[in-house]
Amino acid sequence: MSEHISSAYDRDLEEIQALVMRMGGLVEQSILSAADALAARDLELAEQVRAADKAIDTLELQINDEAARTIALRAPVSKDLRSILTVLRIAASLERIGDYAKNMAKRTGTLVDMPPINGSDKALRRMAREVQLMLKDVLDAYVRGDAELAEEVRQRDHEVDQMYNALFREFLTFMMEDPRNITACMHLHFMAKNVERMGDLTTNMAEQVIYQVTGSMPEEARPKGDKTSFVRTPE
Amino acid sequence: MPKFPLDVLLKSVKSPILLIGEDQRISLQNPAATALLKMDFTGRNYINALRQPALLDAVDQAQLDGTQKTARFLVQTGNTDQTFEALVVPDNKQTLVILEDQSAEHDINSVRRDFVANVSHELRTPLTALLGFIETLQGPARNDPKAQERFLGIMAVEADRLRRLVDDLLSLSRVEETERSRPTNPVDLEEVIRQSTELLEPLAKTAKTHLQVVAPEQPMVVPGDAAQLQQVLHNLIENAIKYGATEAGITVAIHPPAYERSLQQECIRLTVEDQGSGIPERHLVRLTERFYRVDDHRDREMGGTGLGLAIVKHIMNRHRGRLLFDSTEGQGTTVSILLPTVIENLIRQSSIP
Repeated sequence: MSEHISSAYDRDLEEIQALVMRMGGLVEQSILSAADALAARDLELAEQVRAADKAIDTLELQINDEAARTIALRAPVSKDLRSILTVLRIAASLERIGDYAKNMAKRTGTLVDMPPINGSDKALRRMAREVQLMLKDVLDAYVRGDAELAEEVRQRDHEVDQMYNALFREFLTFMMEDPRNITACMHLHFMAKNVERMGDLTTNMAEQVIYQVTGSMPEEARPKGDKTSFVRTPE
Repeated sequence: MPKFPLDVLLKSVKSPILLIGEDQRISLQNPAATALLKMDFTGRNYINALRQPALLDAVDQAQLDGTQKTARFLVQTGNTDQTFEALVVPDNKQTLVILEDQSAEHDINSVRRDFVANVSHELRTPLTALLGFIETLQGPARNDPKAQERFLGIMAVEADRLRRLVDDLLSLSRVEETERSRPTNPVDLEEVIRQSTELLEPLAKTAKTHLQVVAPEQPMVVPGDAAQLQQVLHNLIENAIKYGATEAGITVAIHPPAYERSLQQECIRLTVEDQGSGIPERHLVRLTERFYRVDDHRDREMGGTGLGLAIVKHIMNRHRGRLLFDSTEGQGTTVSILLPTVIENLIRQSSIP
C-alpha cells in the first residue's frame, strides 16, 4: 500500500465520504420507515419516506459533482482512484435502494384501504430490518475499511433470499384461496421484491468495499437464494 | 478554580462523548464512545461516525441557532437495539455530543406492545375447548359416565396445554426483561449438557432413540447464565427428540473455541444433531418467531407451545451469541449455538443499571 502523496486529496475524500454516510443514514432510515409505515398503515410516515428520497437524490448529485471535481483537480491514481470509484458506485447503489423504499411507501398508500394479509406485514418488516442491518454493517465496514465485515454481509444476503422465497409462496397461496386477495398480494409481492433487490444492492456495495480495501473483487461465489423463478402453483 | 484535566474527566465518564471541532472533524472522543462506535474517529468528519439523520439534523440545528438539541440515536448489535438520547451542546465553534443510554426506559414500552395480540389467540384455543366441554358435561352428557370420563380426559390435556403456555410465556418475558444485561458468571458447558441430557433421557427412551454427548477433554467455560443455558439445551434436545428421533440417535457436541466470522470473535460452538426427516428450507428463517409452527397439527399433538425456539433466541441474544439452523430434508437437522468466550466490551456493559 503506497503512502498518500497529497493530503489535500485525503481531505477531499473525507468530505465526500461524509456525504455518502449522510446519504447512507437517510437510506437506512427510509428502509425501516417504509416497512413500519406498511405495518401501521401510517400514511404520514410513508410521506416522510417519499420526502427523504428527494434529499437522497440531491445528495447523490452532490457526491457526483464533488467526485468529478476531485478527479479533475487531484488526478488520483491507484488506491486513491479506487476510493473515488468506490464512492461513485456506493452512492449509485444507495440511490437505487432509496428508490425502492419510496416505491414501498407509494404502495402503502394503495394498500391502506385493503384488509391486511395474514401476518405478511410483519414478515415484510422483518425482512426489511434484516436488509437494513446488512446496510448498516456495509456502511460501518466502509468507514472502518473492514473487508472482513463486508464479506460477512455478503454471505447474509442468502437469508434475505430465503425470506423472499417464503413470502412468495405465501402470497401465491393467499391468491389461490381467495381472488379478492389478489390486488393486495400483488402490491405486497412487489414490496417484498423491492426489499429483496435492496439486499442484492447492499451485497454489491459489500463487494465494492472489499474492492476498495483489498484491491480485488471477491472471487468466492456467494450463495444464490432466489428460487422463485422455478415456483409453480400446486396442482 | 483549579483546572482538572479534561481527558481524565472524559475517560472516567461512562456515557459516550464526542467533541466536534470547527472543521466538523471529531477532535475528542472518550473511551466509552470508542467502545460504542467500535473505532476511534478522532480527526475524521463527524458524519462518518454518527450518520443517523435525526442526530445529524440536531447537530446542524444546534450549530445554526446555538442552542442545545436532543435526538434519538439507535445502536444495533445483532438483534438487540440500544436506544440512546443524544444531547447536542454547541459552544462557540465547537459542538459537544453526549450519548445517554435509555434502552431500559424504551424497552418497557416496546416489549409489551405486541403481547396481547400475539397471545390472546393462543390462549383462547384451549380455553374455548374447555368451555365447550364444560357446557356439554352440564347439559347433554349429564347422565353419561362414559362420555364424562372421555371429556374430562380431553379437558385435562387442554388444561395442561394452557399451563405450559403460561409457563413458557412467563419464562419468555423473564428472559426479555434481562436481555440487555449480559450475564458474566463462568458456566461449565459440559455440566450444562450433562444435566439436560440426564433429564431428557427418559423422553428419548420413549421415542426409541438415544442421546450421545461429544465433548473435548479440557473444560469448556463461557461467561453466561447457567440456568438459561440449560433451558436452551433442554429446548433444543427436546425438539430433536420430538421431531427428529431415529435409531441413529441424537448427538450433542461441544466444539473447542474457534474464531467465528459471523460474531467477529472467538466462540464455543454447541451442536444438537439429529438424523430425522429435516426441515424444509423455507421454514428455517421463521423458526424462532413466536407461535410459528412448521406443521401446525403435528406440533400441537406433540404438546408444543410454539415458544421454545423464541425463548432460545432471546437467551442467545442476551449472551450476545447466535443460533443457527442447518437442515437437509430427509437427512436431518443440526442446530448450532455460538457463545462468545470472552466479553469484549465492558464499558457498554457497565453503563447498564
